[in-house]
Amino acid sequence: MSCEIHPGGFSFANITRNANLESMGFVAPKALKTGTTIVGVTIADGVVLGADTRATAGDIVADKNSEKIHRLARKIYCCGAGTAADTEMTTRSIESQLELLRLSTGQEVRVVAADRLLKQFLFRYQGHIGAALIIGGVDKLGPHIYCIYPHGSSEQLPYATMGSGSLAAMAVIETGWRPNMTEAEGMKLVRDAIHAGITNDLGSGSSVDVYVIKKEVADVRIHRPYEEVGIKGVRQGDYTFSRGTTAVIKTEIIPITVENEEITQMETD
Amino acid sequence: MSSNLSFDSFSTAIAGSHAGPKKLTQTPVTTGTSVLAVKFNGGVAFGADTLGSYGSLARFRNCERLLKINESTMIGCMGDYADFQHLKDIIEQMAIDDLCKDDNITLSPRSLHSWLTRVLYNKRSKMDPLWTTVVVGGIEKGEGFLGFVDKLGTAYKDPIIATGYGSMIATPLMRNAWRPDLTQAEAVKMVEDSMRVMFYRDARAFHKYHLGIVTADGCQIQGPLEVQPDWSIASLISGYE
Repeated sequence: MSCEIHPGGFSFANITRNANLESMGFVAPKALKTGTTIVGVTIADGVVLGADTRATAGDIVADKNSEKIHRLARKIYCCGAGTAADTEMTTRSIESQLELLRLSTGQEVRVVAADRLLKQFLFRYQGHIGAALIIGGVDKLGPHIYCIYPHGSSEQLPYATMGSGSLAAMAVIETGWRPNMTEAEGMKLVRDAIHAGITNDLGSGSSVDVYVIKKEVADVRIHRPYEEVGIKGVRQGDYTFSRGTTAVIKTEIIPITVENEEITQMETD
Repeated sequence: MSSNLSFDSFSTAIAGSHAGPKKLTQTPVTTGTSVLAVKFNGGVAFGADTLGSYGSLARFRNCERLLKINESTMIGCMGDYADFQHLKDIIEQMAIDDLCKDDNITLSPRSLHSWLTRVLYNKRSKMDPLWTTVVVGGIEKGEGFLGFVDKLGTAYKDPIIATGYGSMIATPLMRNAWRPDLTQAEAVKMVEDSMRVMFYRDARAFHKYHLGIVTADGCQIQGPLEVQPDWSIASLISGYE
């Protein structure tokens, strides 16, 4: 591969300086986290990826419609949970490395290659890059789902969930997953799992994004949003009063007439 | 706390010393994991597995964590097992006192929930908590009642209650399937399905559990029942990358 991979991890030379700054009152900005519920499931001849769309900065919803499913290759996509900047930049970096790999080998890139590149990158940073990822894709060996943790370990699974809403989503998937589901069944299961995360976890919310990657379908089917769950309530009452609510008894119009004009210079010095 | 080794400071050191703030907040020793409960049309159903964990050791594999109090009330307890046994002794004595009074007034789930809330909150306010989360349930005035109290004294009522990891794993499942006119059979199935997923995903869970049901006909605890797990996905997992 022609691209340069940075040899080391982070440099921690500034740790003492930063600790001193914090003790003097400097407040570091809160990392934008994705809170999140992300899932990936394998179906008969493909994978279905799902994610919610809420990004939080502490207790505030920073982005109501963030895009948590990132493209890695034509038929490989990656859901990201954890620190939003880390998931975005890591997946972008590996996306370009995979494109270079595709050009240099002349073959369609395999999902396991994306998995290797991502985990080797994250391991080098010893967990300081907070990216928890679910890769889903189809290659000539079939559909695959990989789960990668911030410290650099990965697992190959038939279904996976990550993020703060992962327990709620996993409960739904453990109840409903079967091998060789159809596309419709897979999409419903993913929708139900993300919905469980959105309604039961405060770190997840807004809407459900669903991406379907199938072997025989050339393009990835992107449903963004697939369903809006966190809809703002519709106001039931209206406080505007229509004309005529108060009866008009008499109308008198008094025009303002200009009697005298006087110009005074303003002191501008 | 004074540092001189006088007889006074030793003799009162364990029970009710007033020399300085009390520092008796413990770490739980033998613990039970989640309790689940759901209200159906006509009663309530409880589920709790039979494991007493000793840290990460699955030490006592036949602990009953559901307690029948009378024909209309039941509790399930999570957390320190010794604290549960302490509460059990006190509550069972309260039930016996009720029978002795012979005035047809027995402990109701609502009053027990209220009593437990006060006891647990007061103990935590003295920095001496009972390290337990209790689910109180039963029939009161013909309708099902379900309440939660934890070691801090946080208390609430809901048709669906799950403690500990159950709140993150089982609650989403139960909320999806719950309806106000849920039947007993559906409620039992809900508890069964939730206990299965709990066994899959809670590292301190066990495959045997007790099922408690309170209806107008009375209160019964069945078990130990066994979770029927499905490990067929194991053949699909090979290698880690």
